[in-house]
Amino acid sequence: MVGSNRLSSRLFLLYLPLAFFTVFLLFPFYWMLIISLKPNSLLLNMKINPLYLTQFTLEHYRYLLTNTDFPRWALNTAVVTFGATFLSLTSSILMGYALGRFRFRGGNLAGTAIFLAYLIPPTLLFIPLSQVVARFGLYNSYWALILTYPTFLIPFASWLLMGYFRTIPRELEECAMIDGASRFQAMWRIILPLALPGVLSAGIFSFTLSWNEFLYALVFMGSGEMKTIPVGTVSDLIRADVFQWGPLMAAAMLGSVPVAIAYMFFVDQYVSGLTAGAVKG
Amino acid sequence: MTTAPAGTVTQAVPLRLRERVRHWLDSEPVLAYLFMSPGWLILLLFMSYPFFLGIWISLTDRTVGLPSGEFVGFRNYAELLRDRTFHLTVMNTFIYGFVTVPFKLVLGLLLALLLNQAFPMRNVLRAALLLPWIVPTALSSLAWLMLYDAVLSPFSWLLKNWGLIESNIAFLGTRTNAIISLCIANIWRGTPFFAVAILAGLQAVPQELHEAAAIEGANRVQRFLAVTLPVIKGILVITTLFSIIWTFADFQLVYVLTKGGPANSTHIFGTYAWQIGIGGAGKLGIGAAISLYMFPVLAVLSAILLRYVRSQEA
Repeated sequence: MVGSNRLSSRLFLLYLPLAFFTVFLLFPFYWMLIISLKPNSLLLNMKINPLYLTQFTLEHYRYLLTNTDFPRWALNTAVVTFGATFLSLTSSILMGYALGRFRFRGGNLAGTAIFLAYLIPPTLLFIPLSQVVARFGLYNSYWALILTYPTFLIPFASWLLMGYFRTIPRELEECAMIDGASRFQAMWRIILPLALPGVLSAGIFSFTLSWNEFLYALVFMGSGEMKTIPVGTVSDLIRADVFQWGPLMAAAMLGSVPVAIAYMFFVDQYVSGLTAGAVKG
Repeated sequence: MTTAPAGTVTQAVPLRLRERVRHWLDSEPVLAYLFMSPGWLILLLFMSYPFFLGIWISLTDRTVGLPSGEFVGFRNYAELLRDRTFHLTVMNTFIYGFVTVPFKLVLGLLLALLLNQAFPMRNVLRAALLLPWIVPTALSSLAWLMLYDAVLSPFSWLLKNWGLIESNIAFLGTRTNAIISLCIANIWRGTPFFAVAILAGLQAVPQELHEAAAIEGANRVQRFLAVTLPVIKGILVITTLFSIIWTFADFQLVYVLTKGGPANSTHIFGTYAWQIGIGGAGKLGIGAAISLYMFPVLAVLSAILLRYVRSQEA
């Protein structure tokens, strides 16, 4: 009796709500997947239940990879993502180290400024920034995004790394320096390895934010073949209200795969990165 | 064994210089500024400079075709105050930014409390349910675009199949419908962020206190209010403020789902600024002014957030 009572309370208080959340949060992905595999003849037939897949085809993926610029968009996205991540991570390690470990005048002010920079959204800056990008002659080049993505990556990554560097006791590098290591050796050999989880979090997050960015890519590289995956998919695969749903969903799947894979391997880094702002404070 | 050779006069001078540089580099303030310089250089060039340039542009009639532009004072701002589309934009942004947040907070909190219990495949589910927040929003919005399609929507199909509706729902066809649809998609994307942030906070809740309260006869709700809530309060406040700021300044979801339509009735600041400043006529001056109208709200929210974060640190 007690057992069945416990079971029903677990059912109603745990499993049913979890099922609701699972359906709510994952259904759009399920839909994306089945539409990307569904033959066009079935897609438009409203007599058949659209929620199942009775036959499947890879035609939409073939079309996407051979008849559209998708491969080029993927290359653009990868170049920009790696460039921006590398640049941001290097500057943020240095910035986070300075803010987290050095005592100097203006240190608090610099930390506050970084935090506020983190809160300035791209929608506030994109119009004047497009003029800056044009003035520097960067329009429609990879540098347009490699140099502007760090404006939202550096504040985030520096803030996260500052928190990590702060948790490492100062005595560690003082000991190393008494033993004859230079400050740079102490930083490179002792402090940085200890902060590696933080560096990994910052890197993974920078990768994801760059890969997913939309507004700057739309405005600074939105024409011709320099588009990124999100921009190219949204602006080139939807033409004059004629939706090619199959290839669109195939592009949405393929464009999500790199971040989904990175995410699968580094869930914990994601979680600690995500909560860095909220928890570490 | 000395490795340094006996220095001649000509060698001794550069050596001393090197010593001085080395000594100088050992001073923490110098190193700190040196380390921060690459980051600040990028932020000054591509964040501070455009911010002030934006204020200037918003005071001119600059267009994409006429990049010099004349100084017009506050004309752009005044014009927007008389623009009906801008009125709708302000309302939409507040609905979108503030109404969605309580839903995300409550759903995220519930999901976090669920995921904090022990059950099979907990880690797999925790990972899978964060996906809406991880994948590119522009791409997942495409899935929502089809879910909301006037003809192909599976929601309409299901409701028709169950006999609840006669004809398809125009999810994005009217202003009210479109705004509700946008909010639901936004809640979908934001709930996992709340859940995971809160879940991380729940790890700090002392288990012994929970057990003690249970022995004292406190029920679930009482235990939540007395033991759990005080511990995660900080995270709830900070996550909520972050979420309001990001939603308020959103772009992609609205751009993909409605592009501000039907009839410019569902714009938020970001999409309207894009349409006026870049997309349509290229009126950079007015576009910049639309963006800057966000600033007071963002500044107030940021100030609250900063004060709160500082108070948590102390």
